[in-house]
Amino acid sequence: MPRLAGRVLLRGVLLIGAIYFLIPVWWLITAATKSSSQLFSSSPLWFGENFSLFDNITAVLTRQDGMFLRWMLNSVIYAGGGAAGATLLGAAAGYVFAKLPFRGSGALFGVVLASILLPTSLLVMPLYLLFSSLGLINTMWAVIIPSLASPFGVFLARIAAQESVPDELLEAARIDGAGEARIFFRIALPLMMPALLTVFLFSFVGIWNNFFLPMVTLNDSELWPAMLGLYFWGNQPSELNYHFVITGSLLSIIPLAIAFIGLQRYWRMDLTAGAVKL
Amino acid sequence: MTTTRPEMSVAASVRRPVRRASARGARHKARWLLLTPFYALFLFVFLLPLGYALVESLFTEKKSGLGIGGERVFAGLANYVTAVQHTDLLGGVGRVLLFGLVQVPVMLLVALGLALAVDALTGTFPKFARLAAFLPYAVPGVIAAILWAFLYMRGTSPFVAFFATVGISVDFLGDDLVLWSIANIVTWTWTGYNMLVIYSALTGIPRELYEAAALDGAGAWRIAMSIKVPLVAPALVLTTFFSIVGTVQLYAEPTVLKSYSRSITGGYTPNMAVQDVAFGLNNYGVAAAMAVLLALGTFVVSFGFLRLAKAMTTRKAAS
Repeated sequence: MPRLAGRVLLRGVLLIGAIYFLIPVWWLITAATKSSSQLFSSSPLWFGENFSLFDNITAVLTRQDGMFLRWMLNSVIYAGGGAAGATLLGAAAGYVFAKLPFRGSGALFGVVLASILLPTSLLVMPLYLLFSSLGLINTMWAVIIPSLASPFGVFLARIAAQESVPDELLEAARIDGAGEARIFFRIALPLMMPALLTVFLFSFVGIWNNFFLPMVTLNDSELWPAMLGLYFWGNQPSELNYHFVITGSLLSIIPLAIAFIGLQRYWRMDLTAGAVKL
Repeated sequence: MTTTRPEMSVAASVRRPVRRASARGARHKARWLLLTPFYALFLFVFLLPLGYALVESLFTEKKSGLGIGGERVFAGLANYVTAVQHTDLLGGVGRVLLFGLVQVPVMLLVALGLALAVDALTGTFPKFARLAAFLPYAVPGVIAAILWAFLYMRGTSPFVAFFATVGISVDFLGDDLVLWSIANIVTWTWTGYNMLVIYSALTGIPRELYEAAALDGAGAWRIAMSIKVPLVAPALVLTTFFSIVGTVQLYAEPTVLKSYSRSITGGYTPNMAVQDVAFGLNNYGVAAAMAVLLALGTFVVSFGFLRLAKAMTTRKAAS
């Protein structure tokens, strides 16, 4: 424990950090309570004269026949479905790499890891052409299918299997005559579950933030995720649509922010922290 | 094991090897059962597109007399030459390299400092600070960029207003500053995430090490520098590695800011440049060559970093 002067200094550092992280969020909250014209006439970090938050929310929810809610629902479908699938497929592959290694499994795992380095732009264009020829462009599958194969998910699930499934337990189950598939689904998967929830959360956020791929593969605005919709609302900056963009942005981050704070203990950063052996 | 054999004694003597062999077979079957779903998709969304891009980068569309359509002909490395000489690729690469050289170290030093501060203190305030730092990670890159666009824009920005009161005119979205304005958005989004990765490595260090060092007369600063920082080196390497990959991929933030800043061009970052050529100019061959070069560059830089990190830690360990 540092001395008093040191503690005061460290608290000061943390306070400055917290202000830096929170100011933009505070700005967003106050800005969402202002009409577009008030945005320019009032103090930027405080509320304006008229409280227009509910007018703004109504404006966002009713614009283009409730398109915003449709976009939020799409985002939930893409991120929820994609993350659930990616976690399950990643868990199965990660378990094999951790607990059933075989000749060449190191190389196979290496290929997956290396693919993390592939730039999105390298994959998006061929995927666009591939999906076009399969008639998948402008369908939800164009966003969901690529989300299901998550190299980072395999990487994390392998660590999850390593740390939460004891070899002795697997041996005991084998001696009792349990089949390998049964061992995975009945013994390993439940043991990995808490760590897999972390994998799910990381995948969920990753897909929720996805922007490049839906931008290229979805023309139909009915299918857009919230990120893409808000991007297009903000694409033509004009005083007439600022309140849509600002209030929409605030509404779009509320579900995720609540999930973050509510599920805080499931964000297991140590899953990645010790992952690199030097 | 359910089969019954008439000669039990014989069966008993061969049973173990037979069982072991069938167990090996079962394990092999299980491996493929568990690996196939992931690898089938992986093949479809990673390897197939990669192969396609590699092939496509070697072909070009020969324009017919009218300039519409044309036949596909082998072009050798011509697309690669065009990618280097006549596109925004190199400009974009230079920009993200400069960006990464400044932003990644700054972000990770701040993250390390905050993690050490949270680790050294007790009480509710450090917990609150941790949560505040993590909150921006819940804000997607697109939203973060929209949010900061308003915080940079004259008229809505508290910072521009503040500088104006002391007589300084700043343009966060102008030529000189816009790259660093993007760097600030990325730093704001990712510092807390990286801080938590480093912090969780810190909490894994056995407390006895600190007590032993304190008995030897080491102060808090000395303990932080000589014990904590070296022991979280793997977490720092990992966060640096992923930050490098993220920097090369820079796309959402500049794409959003482009609507608010004239200083951001269509090919501002490598990913944007590839997209511009592929979908703006419909020149798939050149776009594929650009993307392949970008992938090679990413491999060189990120593995180069890993080798450097490894060399540095082994030298430290040896001395």
